[in-house]
Amino acid sequence: MSTATSSGTLQAIPGTPLSRLLSDGWVMSWRNMMKIVRVPDVLVFSLIQPIMFVLLFSYVFGAAIDIPGDGYTSFLMAGIFAQTVVFGSTYSGSAMAQDLKDGIIDRFRTLPMSGAAVLIGRTNGDLVINALAMTVMMGTGFIVGWRVNTSPLEFFAAVGLLLLFAYAFSWVMAFLGMSVRSPEVINNASFLILFPLTFISNAFVPSENLPTPLRIFAEWNPVSSLVQSARELFGNVPPGTPAGDAWTAQNPIATVLIGVVVLLLVFIPLSIRKFATLSR
Amino acid sequence: MAFIEASGLVKTYTPKGAPVVRALDGLDLEVPQGTVTALLGPNGAGKTTTVKVLTTLIRPDAGSATIDGVDVLGDPQAIRRMIGASGQYAAVDENLTGFENLVMVGKLYHLGTKVAKQRATELIELFDLVDSQKRPVKGYSGGMRRRIDLAGALVIKPPVLFLDEPTTGLDPRSRLGLWDVIETLVSDGTTVLLTTQYLDEADRLADSISVIDEGRVIAKGTADELKSSVGGQRVALTLVDPADGAAVRDILARFGTGEPALTGGRTWIVPVDDGPSALSAIIGAVSAAGIAVHDAGMRRPTLDDVFLQLTGHVAEQQEEEATEAPA
Repeated sequence: MSTATSSGTLQAIPGTPLSRLLSDGWVMSWRNMMKIVRVPDVLVFSLIQPIMFVLLFSYVFGAAIDIPGDGYTSFLMAGIFAQTVVFGSTYSGSAMAQDLKDGIIDRFRTLPMSGAAVLIGRTNGDLVINALAMTVMMGTGFIVGWRVNTSPLEFFAAVGLLLLFAYAFSWVMAFLGMSVRSPEVINNASFLILFPLTFISNAFVPSENLPTPLRIFAEWNPVSSLVQSARELFGNVPPGTPAGDAWTAQNPIATVLIGVVVLLLVFIPLSIRKFATLSR
Repeated sequence: MAFIEASGLVKTYTPKGAPVVRALDGLDLEVPQGTVTALLGPNGAGKTTTVKVLTTLIRPDAGSATIDGVDVLGDPQAIRRMIGASGQYAAVDENLTGFENLVMVGKLYHLGTKVAKQRATELIELFDLVDSQKRPVKGYSGGMRRRIDLAGALVIKPPVLFLDEPTTGLDPRSRLGLWDVIETLVSDGTTVLLTTQYLDEADRLADSISVIDEGRVIAKGTADELKSSVGGQRVALTLVDPADGAAVRDILARFGTGEPALTGGRTWIVPVDDGPSALSAIIGAVSAAGIAVHDAGMRRPTLDDVFLQLTGHVAEQQEEEATEAPA
């Protein structure tokens, strides 16, 4: 070390690349959680919207849609969960775009920190918001008559699967946020894409009643697999529902797990590389 | 070898549907250890791009750069451990308090929580932010925000500091305050590269000035050297009615030794040989023509004149956002 850098400059404590990644990732997660605390609008909207959906769908559609077994509310819950966590993940996209715009990302990139940590912190932030939203929705669901008919183990497996899928999706959105760089575009585009994606699925109505083209789309729709998995694990599949013809419809849990692994394997390296080459 | 060295830096951008922009066009730079060098130039000259290359944010298309012998392109992570950067692009987190921002930066330099907190406390005191340290930065004034931003660059007491337009957009009082802080810093030996579009800022803070235009250094030296290279005396006339400009231009051209130039909307400047006699002749001609003036006098050349002489255009002083490099 030369004289210039040793005179009074504060030195880093020793660490391995892994310990650095973990500590940087924790600092970045903390930063995003502080944002949830200091700007509660995001959290409030993430929580009020699902409560509203549970109540609206349950009472408005519940009166018109006849579902055998436990009724529409129990059928609905897996769908609302899936829709909420998928929309919750889009926040990673707009937040990355916003951070880029604000210049804070440039600050981070002049520091000797791990670039991946910024992304880890970002996606962890979504995970926290989604977990909170799930908790509030479950409470609301129980009040309006949702019943879980399986063991606690299966219940938590369903919750875990929903959050895992949303987490993987956050990485996709973080990548898109860095590519598009406009928080507004990300918000509007994800609304335009995700609204049909969540509605043309089995989330709110049984897909076998849909017109054929929509039914085929719904069966292959990854959101349907997620909803179907959660519904099976909660024990909320209405009796006598035929499984779809598609392999994905017959093996929803495996489909979701494969999807999660593929998304993570593709988008974690892609996002980290994108981050490293930003503004070049 | 100079502490900061850059040679032949080239960076081009291709905006959609527009011709290629050469943000850097073979830029060379040398900053000796413990000195302050100012990059002076208008928006789009390449100042920010130069700093972005040296702070590892962008890779140039060609050229090389070292800081204290460390290759900026080859070992960016080592560079990041010895620099502090602050300015228009390196922001702070609005939702965190001033103190939290500094602790976060300290932790990201891997100083450990204890040292990070100690250092944040020191900096909060140094920058006179004790009263507001527990409030989110969102509510800070422009001057306070710049101070916390600058404090963020000083967390590791870096041997080299990059300040990109540190006072752009600040009111005059905050500017003076920030200048004091920067002067204190450089007095204890930090090597500083700062960019500015304010000639008075470069004049006040920098040991050496590199004038940049269109991605190249077009002149360098101390403020005095640059001023004397322009040479001579000047007569400046400030008009009551800018519409008299054309007439005044003709008069000045008659008595001056060079092209009259308009600065600040209604002030015309012309280089002259013999200041006093030229001034009285010009005043005589102007009043004979019935043109009203606010102010008439002799001026030593300023860096404005240097810039004008070198580039053929006046340095931009508008406080618009620099758009020289797509972020």
